[in-house]
Amino acid sequence: MNTAVGSQLATRYLGFDLKCPIVASAGPLAKEIDNIRRMEDAGLGAVVLHSLFEEQIELESAALDRGLSSGAGCNAEAENYFPEMSGYNIGPEGYLEHIRKAREAVGIPVIASLNGYTPGGWVHYARLMQEAGADALELNLYFLSTDPEITGAQVESQCVQLVRDVVQSVTMPVAVKLGPYFSSLPHTARCLDEAGASALVLFNRFYQPDYDLQTMEVVPNLHLSTSAELPLRLHWTALLSGRIRADLAVTGGVHTAIDVLKCMMAGARVAMTTSALLQQGIDCVPGMIRDLAEWMAAQEYESIQQMQGSLNYLSVPDPAAYERANYMRVLSSYSLRRDTV
Amino acid sequence: MTRPQVTIDGNEAAAYVAHKTNEVIAIYPITPSSNMGEWADQWSSEGKPNIWGTIPTVIEMQSEGGAAGTLHGALQGGSLGTTFTASQGLLLMIPNMYKIAGELTPSVIHVAARAIAAQALSIFGDHQDVMAVRQTGFAMLASASVQEVMDMALISQAATLESRVPFLHFFDGFRTSHEVAKVEQLTEEDLRAMLDDELIRRHRQRALSPDNPVLRGTAQNPDVYFQARETVNPFYLACPAIVQNTMDRFAALTGRQYHLADYHGAPDAERVIVLMGSGAEAVQETVESLMAQGEKLGVIRLRLFRPFPAAAFLAALPGTVKKLCVLDRTKEPGSLGEPLYQDVITALHESAEAPLPVVTGGRYGLSSKEFTPAMIKGIFDELKQDRPKNHFTIGIVDDVTHTSLSYDESFSTEDPATVRCLFYGLGADGTVGANKNSIKIIGEETPNYAQGYFVYDSKKSGSTTISHLRFGPKPIRSSYLISRANFIACHLFTFLERMDVLAAAEPGATFLLNAPFPKEEVWDRLPRSVQETIIRKKLKFYAIDALTVARENGMGVRINTIMQTCFFAISGILPREEAIGQIKKAIKKTYGKRGELVVQKNFAAVDAALAHLHEIPVPEAATSTVEPRPIISPKAPEYVRNVLGPIYAGGGDALPVSAMPLDGTFPTGTAQWEKRNIAAEVPVWDEVLCIQCGKCVLVCPHATLRSKVVPEAVLAGAPATFKSAAARWKEMGDQKYLLQVAVEDCTGCGICVAVCPAKDKTNIKHRAIDMEPQPPLRETERENWDFFLSLPETGRDALSHSQVKDVQLLQPLFEFSGACSGCGETPYIKLLTQLFGDRTVISNATGCSSIYGGNLPTTPYTANSDGRGPAWSNSLFEDNAEFGLGIRLSIDKQAEFARELLAGMAEQVGAGLAASILHADQSSEEGIFAQRDRVKQLSGILTALDTPEARNLAAVSGALVKKSVWIVGGDGWAYDIGFGGLDHVLSTGRNVNVLVLDTEVYSNTGGQMSKSTPRGAVAKVAAGGKPAGKKDLAMMAVTYGNVYVARVAMGGSDTHTVKAFLEAEAYDGPSLIIAYSHCIAHGYDMVHGIEQQKNAVQSGYWPLFRYNPLLEGTGKNPFQLDSRAPSLALEKYIYNETRYTMLVHSAPEQAKQLLEEAKRDVEDRWKLYEYLAARPVTAAPQGGQQ
Repeated sequence: MNTAVGSQLATRYLGFDLKCPIVASAGPLAKEIDNIRRMEDAGLGAVVLHSLFEEQIELESAALDRGLSSGAGCNAEAENYFPEMSGYNIGPEGYLEHIRKAREAVGIPVIASLNGYTPGGWVHYARLMQEAGADALELNLYFLSTDPEITGAQVESQCVQLVRDVVQSVTMPVAVKLGPYFSSLPHTARCLDEAGASALVLFNRFYQPDYDLQTMEVVPNLHLSTSAELPLRLHWTALLSGRIRADLAVTGGVHTAIDVLKCMMAGARVAMTTSALLQQGIDCVPGMIRDLAEWMAAQEYESIQQMQGSLNYLSVPDPAAYERANYMRVLSSYSLRRDTV
Repeated sequence: MTRPQVTIDGNEAAAYVAHKTNEVIAIYPITPSSNMGEWADQWSSEGKPNIWGTIPTVIEMQSEGGAAGTLHGALQGGSLGTTFTASQGLLLMIPNMYKIAGELTPSVIHVAARAIAAQALSIFGDHQDVMAVRQTGFAMLASASVQEVMDMALISQAATLESRVPFLHFFDGFRTSHEVAKVEQLTEEDLRAMLDDELIRRHRQRALSPDNPVLRGTAQNPDVYFQARETVNPFYLACPAIVQNTMDRFAALTGRQYHLADYHGAPDAERVIVLMGSGAEAVQETVESLMAQGEKLGVIRLRLFRPFPAAAFLAALPGTVKKLCVLDRTKEPGSLGEPLYQDVITALHESAEAPLPVVTGGRYGLSSKEFTPAMIKGIFDELKQDRPKNHFTIGIVDDVTHTSLSYDESFSTEDPATVRCLFYGLGADGTVGANKNSIKIIGEETPNYAQGYFVYDSKKSGSTTISHLRFGPKPIRSSYLISRANFIACHLFTFLERMDVLAAAEPGATFLLNAPFPKEEVWDRLPRSVQETIIRKKLKFYAIDALTVARENGMGVRINTIMQTCFFAISGILPREEAIGQIKKAIKKTYGKRGELVVQKNFAAVDAALAHLHEIPVPEAATSTVEPRPIISPKAPEYVRNVLGPIYAGGGDALPVSAMPLDGTFPTGTAQWEKRNIAAEVPVWDEVLCIQCGKCVLVCPHATLRSKVVPEAVLAGAPATFKSAAARWKEMGDQKYLLQVAVEDCTGCGICVAVCPAKDKTNIKHRAIDMEPQPPLRETERENWDFFLSLPETGRDALSHSQVKDVQLLQPLFEFSGACSGCGETPYIKLLTQLFGDRTVISNATGCSSIYGGNLPTTPYTANSDGRGPAWSNSLFEDNAEFGLGIRLSIDKQAEFARELLAGMAEQVGAGLAASILHADQSSEEGIFAQRDRVKQLSGILTALDTPEARNLAAVSGALVKKSVWIVGGDGWAYDIGFGGLDHVLSTGRNVNVLVLDTEVYSNTGGQMSKSTPRGAVAKVAAGGKPAGKKDLAMMAVTYGNVYVARVAMGGSDTHTVKAFLEAEAYDGPSLIIAYSHCIAHGYDMVHGIEQQKNAVQSGYWPLFRYNPLLEGTGKNPFQLDSRAPSLALEKYIYNETRYTMLVHSAPEQAKQLLEEAKRDVEDRWKLYEYLAARPVTAAPQGGQQ
């Protein structure tokens, strides 16, 4: 599958040899097969498809049923208000077909992305995705606990069980994309690792709601990521790198070759981006790769693998840089700077 | 050969054969035939071919006239063509029918026969339409049952090819077109065997072709036209034999033998009835029953009516007949007898076989009036008389000209072996759909014969349905409603309060009730009369709280599959597990395409149902103190109580002829007396939070939310819970503002809450109006509403009629209509009546607005305290603009005449008064009111004068006061069937105001595409998404230059809407307002209707504009673009609606392409409008106003 094994930029993720550590994370661009082709042509190592949301399937199904039922059977002149169609493609069929088409269209690994809702749903859709030809699966864990009766331990336990169930039901590698808000991320990561996750993807971006003060409404809020979001990812990647079996991937805040290099040095196998592709277009990828190669040449790196984890928690001379000591240093330096202004 | 047994309705049976045996199908929706066209379109869109392997082309036309013309052309082009229609639609086809027949062109038109609009429109079945085309030269073949529909559809198709005489195949609207019955389906082999390809080739050889050029459709002169007209005689003479031969071939193929006139009964019958259509089934059933009692009776079921098969008829008639009764399901005022009667008389007399039997004629079953064995026995009994009544009616009480026969209503021929079930449901709960599935299950999964028939009331919100299901081991001929039921299900507890649900229960029958109470409470909650009936008739009583089961399983209010499960469990028609399996199979088939979740929810509801089903022990004595409230208030006028009340209560059949108005004229203001109590939740006002903006009042579709500003003093004596707030009007600051809900009339749509801008600053979800459960509020709010009504209206002169805040205080003269909950049309009509109702005449096109505007029993147009209000009439669908113009011309002519008379009588009435009337400025409401006073003064003087001139002037003096003529209708009328007329009316320059309630689809007949349907939207006959863009009717009118045109959307800008109405009415020339009207046919919850209107405007899909020709005269650009440049992506608007999203699901690539094209439409239109709005004014001021 991979034609770039052994090349300078090659990396290994989820058991696949990738020609490049830059990977398209789950995003709207991958909804078009043509874009996926362009991603491969531009040099990306793999592509994560947009997420299949179990809830969305259910919501669409319910909305369609409500819409088609509206006014039906109420009136002598109008038994209903819509023609009967031969099918509505409600359910995962459209997504599964997309996997099939993507798989046929490109040689790079095609990673399906699943955002489940019910325990049965995760497993059910994971199997279907594997049958459709996905090379791997990225589980998009997005639990939003709103119930005060549910403890953090319960949430984590559910996540781990879910990963275990999915891993046991499929043979393809399973990556887990998670958020940073765990009381003990290293412990959670280790549990997920033990549950069989082949990779952890750090981190999910939570689309937090905003307020419209004109209408006094809560409105969805979606901002593309910036490089400013990268340090949080680097921090936790560096802390986990080398301490768990699963591969690590960084997603969120990867916009430049320098960002990619930092991810690698923190210990990531791949650096994922969507925002950069959306903002600059898929055509920006060759430039990033060129910058990456030029930097490596200038700094006399022979390969990406050479640098992976070189600045992680285990490798830096002063691990305190990743601990509370660093926090104190930052705060005090900030105070000092303000004092001197 | 084994043929499939299918359980289908008559429309599907006809469409099945028609689609299989034709190539070009031109359609237009009209009840009750619409489904035939819809089936044909669906099958073609699914790629189903006809028997020759090609997919028929189905095209929707702009009218039935258009469909007939297209059919004529298709036939002349050499294709096999057909169409489907009914009623007025058939009348519109008459010109082409003459042509098609005159040219000896084989074709079949399938008609679901329906009443004709005379004193009133009726969608229901009789033979008035088909009898109105008996002279066109079409052969006419009648079917009496669903099986016959399928069979005769084929027989007529075969016979037309052989005879070259075109055929009209008809069957009774609703009774047969909508009856679901188990029938044997003809196979493609059957169809091929009956149709001779050589005859089809000959038809093609006669086609117009430049390869073999001929001329057809010449103009002929007195010298030869007559002779040419007689050339067709041999074909008509040969036709009956061809039909009989075809029937014989059909019998050899299928075993079902038909004759042109089929006799059934005693070989030595002395009394015989002759008739056509479904009534023959009931007569045959009655004849069999009475013959078993020793009577010598018979029935002739005439199948071929044209060419009249006199020989076959006479041959079928037993020689023993002494009395013959001919029944016509039609009415020909002034005739010596109805058509079949006259033909039978003629046939008998021309036969010259003496002695002739005594022949009587009678009318029955108009507008689907019941035709029962009791009535039929009444007719046979009358024939026993020496001089039986002739020209009688049956089924009504005619106490005016005493035509009606009396009969013993208790007579019944119901077979004990046939199970008879009645289900009282709400439209919204899915009862009809589930019962259709039940009858299919019984018909197709058991050896039983099965029949389903469904009755609806005329309301579009909170509608009631009654399902009549029969099944059993014997063929079912009962073409009438069930009046003796073994099983009765009541799906809504409150039905027990307003109708006698158990009237039809036979002793020992089973009663299943959906009751929202614990099983222990159910008995005590029943009205006393219901308890007494259950005890007296020894009913087995079961109850289930189906709504709770539905809600617990995510089904909302749809209790259909739950009640269906209970029905099967109790009735035992199938073993319980098998029944549940079949129900689930039906659910999968019905809902499977909508997603697994929907299926699973239904499954869960089915599985949960039986655990909640309980048999309720019946005590020996009734104990309830619950008594139903009177259906119509005792305070209602006598006419409402005595005539409309019984209709509402389901007793309209018993009203005598004398109770009906002579000429179709009814009083207005009657909807207020029908308290429907259909809302589960109603708005509740927070007077502290309210900012009194009036938006809720403006958008309320049913005028159930009202406001007033009144002096505080009048509130003395207000009920304890009556609310008021200090009025927020500068000039009325010392008065009180009231906002009151008519909770018994509210439909609970919630639109008022959705538009309320006043939110609680500490609890945002609380607004100045919130929805709360209705039942606890009913009593107090009923009292509050009555008190509110008793208070004076706010003076119109104190209000600015262009401000929404003030408009809310203008009394609506359109209230409590039966429109859909959340209707997008009615707020515009209500606004019209608020602004101009006291001086308005409305011409209303047929469609939703004529049904909720004018369908009995009660109607929504009303009058103010002076007794003034809109006068309303519906002429037809196609002529609405012309009808309105006629009213305008009439008023103007009378005004002119009045002015002439007044000028001549100036000295007699007083020169000053005459001059002030003749020169009155009526451009404002103040001026109109002043003129009204002057004319009132004039009337007094004229009465005193009492000269012929004075009396003549008095008769037309009302026209001296300005009248506003409004022509109202939907897009089906304005864009399609009535477009030619509308265009012409606009071109006349006359002062008419046209309001197009644009739902972008034929809403009333079930969502067929119109030329207003937007690109990419799915509609019936546009299953792949409408490929063409929406016609810009507004811009077409703008091109006249002297037409005031506005495109409005209340949700886009309510102020703009109000302004447009005022300007349109003020403009002394033609005005056209096109109003965006959200509709259930768009497929989303109507609570979001106003929000969607806003989205439509913001996306640029529905730009708001006004074109006011008056501005040009002032040097300004008459084209004013009133909305901002598009700021919302089109998909953010359209993908909130199922009409668009269903295409995204079903055909994503097509949806994508159409979306792009639709975006371009929006862009192009916006550019054009911007250009027009920015255009410098160069032209000189135009005339054009009258």
